[in-house]
Amino acid sequence: MPVVEIRKDPEALTMTVVAQFAAPVNRVWAAYADARQLERFWGPPTWPAKFVRHDFVVGGRSEYYMTGPDGGQSAGFFEFLSIDEPRSFKVRDGFLGPDGQQAESMPVMTMVFNFEPHDGGTRMVTTTTFPSLEALEQLLGMGMEEGLTAAMGQIDAVLADG
Amino acid sequence: MVVSPEPSADYLDGLFGALADATRRDILARVMDAEASVSELAARYPMSFAAVQKHVAVLEQAQLVVKRRDGRTQRVAGNPDAVRRANRLLQQFEEIWRSRVGGLDELLSTSNQGE
Repeated sequence: MPVVEIRKDPEALTMTVVAQFAAPVNRVWAAYADARQLERFWGPPTWPAKFVRHDFVVGGRSEYYMTGPDGGQSAGFFEFLSIDEPRSFKVRDGFLGPDGQQAESMPVMTMVFNFEPHDGGTRMVTTTTFPSLEALEQLLGMGMEEGLTAAMGQIDAVLADG
Repeated sequence: MVVSPEPSADYLDGLFGALADATRRDILARVMDAEASVSELAARYPMSFAAVQKHVAVLEQAQLVVKRRDGRTQRVAGNPDAVRRANRLLQQFEEIWRSRVGGLDELLSTSNQGE
């Protein structure tokens, strides 16, 4: 399994995911740098993501739309706070309203991605920081988790079609 | 997954705050296993009875434990529903990331074969 460990810290409101891939660091980095690759794994299989913008530079911005099984859409953005290719990058991850602008009422998370060579492959460590417990609850009320629950166990099948 | 009834932000803050302390997690683990009196719990930790009582009060506030009177002693028992609810919130985010990592791994394997 590529997921090595998941640490949840309820006090700091962070979740850290440690994963191990057979591919080298540059290859994993490229999957994040290229919107066409990123959209193949960012959204849950039943909520596929489409990136309409992906300026992978410091200060740059990405925008993506995820479409659910019932046709409902959830839109999000990244703002790149720092990039140290191919070792790490840090983004703000938030939601977009119907007008394509940041949804101010929705929480913004911070995500840090770290990549390092390990056992001939890549060890990826991502840490997501939630702004508050209210935010966490709000995020989970978005309906996204329903798509995910449905998606569990179907990942291979969906990707095999693509 | 629908959490019902909807927990309030205050409730959640209390819940996670209560679980953030190692002694409280230990107390909770014990009383989830078997009901205990505050005195029995206090005997297990290198701290005063009052300090243990305070930890129990925080757990009770967060609805993680319930207290009941048994003659002259107070018995503390775990509330499994609340513990499940706290875990479920972070669990859902864990699933999002498991899905992403699985998808990325699949993408990497596919492209290695294709190139």
